[in-house]
Amino acid sequence: MKHTISVLVENKFGVLARISGLFSARGFNISSLAVGETEDPTVSRMTIVVEGDERTLEQIKKQLNKLIDVIKVVDFKEGEFIDRELILVKVAVTPKTRKEILEAIGSSRAIIENAGAKSISVEATGDQTKIKALLELLRPFGILEVVRTGRVAMGTEEKPLVIEGKPEVNE
Amino acid sequence: MKLTGAQILLESLTKEGVQVIFGYPGGAVLPIFDKLYDAPVRFILTRHEQGAAHAADGYARATGKVGVCIATSGPGATNLVTGIATAYMDSIPIVAITGQVKTFLIGNDAFQEADITGITRPITKHNYLVEDIEDLAGIIKEAFHIARTGRPGPVLIDLPVDIQQQEIEFHYPEKVQMRGYNPTYEGHMGQIKKAAKAIASAKRPILYVGGGVIISNASEETRELAIKNNIPVTMTLLGLGAFPQDNELSLGMLGMHGTAYANHAIMESDLIIAIGARFDDRVTGKLDEFAPHAKIIHIDIDPASVSKNVEVDIPIVGDARNVVSKLNEIVKKPDTSDWLKKIDQWKRAYPLKYKDDDKVRPQYILEEIYNATKGEAIICTEVGQNQMWAAQFYKFMKPRTIISSGGLGTMGYGFPAAIGAQIGRPDMTVFDIAGDGSIQMNIQELATAVINKLPVKVVILNNCYLGMVRQWQELFYKKRYSYTSLGGICPDFVKLAESYGAAGIRVTKKEEVRPAIERALKIDNVVFLDFHVEKEENVFPMVPAGEAINRMIGGMA
Repeated sequence: MKHTISVLVENKFGVLARISGLFSARGFNISSLAVGETEDPTVSRMTIVVEGDERTLEQIKKQLNKLIDVIKVVDFKEGEFIDRELILVKVAVTPKTRKEILEAIGSSRAIIENAGAKSISVEATGDQTKIKALLELLRPFGILEVVRTGRVAMGTEEKPLVIEGKPEVNE
Repeated sequence: MKLTGAQILLESLTKEGVQVIFGYPGGAVLPIFDKLYDAPVRFILTRHEQGAAHAADGYARATGKVGVCIATSGPGATNLVTGIATAYMDSIPIVAITGQVKTFLIGNDAFQEADITGITRPITKHNYLVEDIEDLAGIIKEAFHIARTGRPGPVLIDLPVDIQQQEIEFHYPEKVQMRGYNPTYEGHMGQIKKAAKAIASAKRPILYVGGGVIISNASEETRELAIKNNIPVTMTLLGLGAFPQDNELSLGMLGMHGTAYANHAIMESDLIIAIGARFDDRVTGKLDEFAPHAKIIHIDIDPASVSKNVEVDIPIVGDARNVVSKLNEIVKKPDTSDWLKKIDQWKRAYPLKYKDDDKVRPQYILEEIYNATKGEAIICTEVGQNQMWAAQFYKFMKPRTIISSGGLGTMGYGFPAAIGAQIGRPDMTVFDIAGDGSIQMNIQELATAVINKLPVKVVILNNCYLGMVRQWQELFYKKRYSYTSLGGICPDFVKLAESYGAAGIRVTKKEEVRPAIERALKIDNVVFLDFHVEKEENVFPMVPAGEAINRMIGGMA
């Protein structure tokens, strides 16, 4: 099962290597990873989509928490977060298909960023359903290139995910 | 007053109470060594950086203090790696300081440059590359804090040579502020109550005690828990010494080369009380068949160790000493009389034994070392048969008396670790139990031991084989002894010891064993005891890898 984890980390040299090293050393799989600064410039947020059963996920969270540069780990629950991904798609175009492709793009909420004689580049942002739908829509015309940012996610609770440091673990 | 980076380092080490540093000089640590020249701190020059890392580790295990080692950049730093990994696997607090090329050269493949923070990232609890002299004092403070608190471990500080030379006003921070690091010491009272309830109603409880009990100084509390409630105790290799082995509740070590009665007891138990142990594969054997009837209480400071290998019923995250003393206040004694009778039957049916004939058997040597020292010595070991015989046949009575590479299983660890232990505990007799293979992995440290007048007794169980690997080849690879014989090229260990100014004693007859040990104990110098032992002696009992731990094969056991 896929899980979306939000990890707040110190915005320091080498942190990404610590996280990715942990995943590879312990044999955990990353489906996607997106990193960026938060409202506090000393803190970065990593949105990591991982695949694994409950037990693997429990280990991933615990191992992430052991890293000194990790401030907080949140495993989003189904229905309690919004997630978005940005995708760029370059699709092949011929004089014959141009009209059909433009119509198809028009019916979606994708934006045409560049239209050439042999290809059209489009941009779309959305959740996974929307991204998948766009790819399916364009596939018959011949997709030449796909670039994805990886997912970013945010909890839908009104209270923000505050940066306060690790709580004590009490089991 | 302004101080250089090198001075700040040494001042900060003094503030952390560091009394001894192990290390080796080189180009990228020259400014530090220049200041060491007239610093009050004791510096031990090893003959290899690996020796420095292991010595710092042995010092830490023997004293409970943080061990410190220094090496230069590049090869100096990479030579520390095995020592750092050894400390990491066994949760030993060391701070390793490495020189680094000048900041503006980093990343240029400069002379003696290695990305040591990159290399050690998975084998340190944390590591630092100092990029600005302003951060230096704070980093040292954090490094010691991280190394010694929570689940301890090694921390590396990579210090570029230009930062060692820069000057700045020195202020040592009073405390550390790390929002990403907050170990849990207090166990959850609700969980402790659940554990007490489970213990009170258990019929076949067993204490499974690991190195965490030694590290958190919880031996007293663990002893009280066992003795007041009549609960038998088995220990991991690193847990030995937590509970006195002459007590009838002691089952000795469990696992692959554990006692048959410890393995039977844990498999038949209905409640395992694990304290500071991590259900390592050498302990559990085949996981699916491990302790099928047992409920498990797991007390550990590292949440990631809980339910990692086996599913735990009552997890208690916290410091072992803290949790066990709270548990002691509320626990009610279970009725274990039938259980102890059953265990006693196993003890009588399957004692640890060996063929006690007129040959020089390694097990006999270990027993005689115990008899000569009455369990009052520090026993360091190398890795392999020597290590397992030491664990089986020396009776450990007190914490911090066995010093052995458990997790990583590092050959060449024991001798430099013994040097570190002897420096930390000059009042104790220190042995290194070695094989002829392991001792040759860090034999250059003879010079370190002799020059610093560290009278370590090195017991070489010399069988001209890499004995443990040979044993596996005998049992599982049809006796095809592929490159495990060291015969014909073994050095004369007596002459070798003498060439370094140490003493050497060779023993080839059983009746010479005890007198040789007695003689060595009277010599105020390093002694190499070269015991020519029975060549193809095996360590039994033995659980084949991947088998359930009650399926032991075992000669006479």
